[in-house]
Amino acid sequence: MQFHHTTLPNGLEVLAEINPAVQSVAFGFFVKAGSRDEAVEVHGVSHFLEHMAFKGTDRYSADDVNRIFDELGADYNAATSEESTLFYAAVLPEYLSQAFDVQAAIIQPALREDDFATEKQVILEEIGMYDDQPSVVAYDQIMQTHFDGHPLGRTILGTTDSIRQLTAAQMQAYHRDHYRAGNITLAVAGNVSWPLVQELAAKFCTDWPAGKCDRVLKPAVSAGGCRVITREALQTEQIVQLTAAPDTNAPLRYAAELLTVIVGDDQNSRLYWELVDPGDADQAELSYNDYDDTGTYLFFLSGDPVSIPANLDRARQLFETLNRDGITEAELRLAKTKVASRIVLRGERPMGRLSSLGGNWVARGEYRTIADDLRAVDVITLRDMRELLDRFPLRMQTTVGVGPRQSLKD
Amino acid sequence: MLCRMNQTEIQTARLDNGLMILVEPLPDVRSAAFSWWIPAGSAHEPPACNGAAAVLCDWMFRGAGDRDHQELSTAIDSLGVQSQESVTASHLIMQGACLGENLGESLKLYADLLLRPRFEEHEFEPTMLGVEQSLQALEDEPRQKVMVELTRNCYPRPWNRPPEGTLAELPNITPDVIRRQFAQCVRPDQAILGIAGHVDFREVLESVQALFGEWRPTGELPQIVTQPVASSTVHLPQESTQTQIGVAYPSVPYRDADYYAAWAASNILSGGMSCRLMTEVREKRGLCYSIYASLAGLQEAGFMLCYAGTTNERAAETLEVMLQVLRGLGEGVSEAELARCRARAKSALIMSQESTGARASSLARDWSHLGRVVTLQEVRQRIDALTPADIVDYVRRYPADDVSLVTIGPEPLTK
Repeated sequence: MQFHHTTLPNGLEVLAEINPAVQSVAFGFFVKAGSRDEAVEVHGVSHFLEHMAFKGTDRYSADDVNRIFDELGADYNAATSEESTLFYAAVLPEYLSQAFDVQAAIIQPALREDDFATEKQVILEEIGMYDDQPSVVAYDQIMQTHFDGHPLGRTILGTTDSIRQLTAAQMQAYHRDHYRAGNITLAVAGNVSWPLVQELAAKFCTDWPAGKCDRVLKPAVSAGGCRVITREALQTEQIVQLTAAPDTNAPLRYAAELLTVIVGDDQNSRLYWELVDPGDADQAELSYNDYDDTGTYLFFLSGDPVSIPANLDRARQLFETLNRDGITEAELRLAKTKVASRIVLRGERPMGRLSSLGGNWVARGEYRTIADDLRAVDVITLRDMRELLDRFPLRMQTTVGVGPRQSLKD
Repeated sequence: MLCRMNQTEIQTARLDNGLMILVEPLPDVRSAAFSWWIPAGSAHEPPACNGAAAVLCDWMFRGAGDRDHQELSTAIDSLGVQSQESVTASHLIMQGACLGENLGESLKLYADLLLRPRFEEHEFEPTMLGVEQSLQALEDEPRQKVMVELTRNCYPRPWNRPPEGTLAELPNITPDVIRRQFAQCVRPDQAILGIAGHVDFREVLESVQALFGEWRPTGELPQIVTQPVASSTVHLPQESTQTQIGVAYPSVPYRDADYYAAWAASNILSGGMSCRLMTEVREKRGLCYSIYASLAGLQEAGFMLCYAGTTNERAAETLEVMLQVLRGLGEGVSEAELARCRARAKSALIMSQESTGARASSLARDWSHLGRVVTLQEVRQRIDALTPADIVDYVRRYPADDVSLVTIGPEPLTK
């Protein structure tokens, strides 16, 4: 695979990883705008704006956008997170130019008032859908509690109130500030030529406004806390816990990923053998999330409400044993094998390469091949894992429960 | 004696014991994926033991051959195998993917699993608890539960038995029930192994012959008597923000001559953002976030399964518009809509060659339904040959007139 990079005069970063051996080409626009960048008055605007992009431009109506992507057989979607909005598509090579035209166009959408009013209803439906999913309610609550006072504490979708109050004018202002070319990275992976990528970027993105928007970074120091949301009709109790972990630029982030595989993979991990294998919990998993200025370990536990206090205690003791004694050589080796397999398998499809390609560039201005990622995992030692546990011990600071329980203690 | 057939690049062979092996070499990738289809689905469960198929699937993995549960898990992980098991009405499906060079060793582990599972007594109780926990979790996932209840109500018996099981029937499941299930259903005749990726057909065949050649069935697979049922309406009351709506009506199975017309109909209704359901219900009226229709196939029957989630106050309107869209299909389908179907299908088919897992699974599924390999070229040809008239003709014979309805929410709805 061949890597290429250029920057347009307006600041747009353009990357491509060429692979002639695959059937498709995937491309995405990574916009540095997420829920953490929103002022309180426009809570939910990044995600709503992501939806509004698909309502089109002066040239393409909403119907046009939907129809054209389908005519091209594109596999496409968009996603908003705390730190970015991503618009991506995979197409057969012969359809790239047309798909790129539409995708690039909607990055500068018309934001029509009547489309805004209708799509507001869809956003409210989406919020309603998640309100009926206890694990999502738990996730939103723990982010708010753990990151109280920090931009990462805001939900991505906004609230029913904040969305109802949002105006098209506010969205236009947010778009003007954040969707500048210097805030956007174009990544392309797969069966494509570099001259074509450059040609498309030049043709469809040159007139995007130049400039960047600075992100407010502040250290996240959590006061912790515990919240219980009681819904008596639920059958299971769902618990989420958070504590600090390495941020997106920390060299220890690879070790953090490995630690979660050892401790909290859904199969053959410490949490699995302790709680899931004996049938004492439905799920007990640990995952790692990294942000620009902080990171988190997220522990998810669900199951029979009666067993929750005992299970929480057992998990806590399991974490303390790890903090004290670390992991074993055998565990490290096995985790490396699991992760290596995932890296290779994911990398076989252009869509699988895209998030790595864009993500690494946006976070660190760096390009990493599959071999680079495999090496980064392979070189991790027990000493690295010990350093990780010393600096970021597994000691949960914040807890949220959603279920029939009134309290998480017996 | 082996019987080999060549069909374009896909190679097939059947062992003496009936095990069917399908291999698609894909030289440009490093991975190899496998997909085992065993006739041990929920339809094969004894009466009043719904959940036995799920229990069998889990208990099998808790120790096989020389290895206990932990040793087996570690052996699978040491080979970098990403494995996934699932149960359908008809099959126990065991899939996995790994680097091509590890496939041979992986097959040895699966030989232990399929031929020599330990079924240790002390592992039975934890298995049952795990299945029970999953079912309780399903109660809290209304979006999934509505579709489980929809198929429970409208599918012909016993193909309607939820693969996840039913809480009330779990107490009827004993170790002996599972051992009998294993003896009857986990068998080489009617078992299929699909493999795709960085593999050599000869090598695979030799491995499989060595590992599975002596596999013999140890029981009789019970005959299933299929009983269709009339349509129904069910409401499950629940205090929630959204009402979940599930609608089903008859269609055709994969082997039917009308299958591609039915598939095109489901795509026009629900494929991509320009489809009819998205356009009418979401884009124009903002009534929902999630809505779809999909063509679901059993061996002998097919159904169109439709879903929408919508806030309670708007649920009646959502259902009304949904039904209008489903029923309106019979009035006509445009060339443009069919062209979009074709474009999306072409992309999906070609891009599926990048995924060894998708190909392995398709090989096994096609053999299971049709008893033969279906090449990507054949699928393209069948889709290209469709006309709008074909689709409308199909829709008029399989209309959305007499639908089954399941709703979960504060208030029932009328259809």
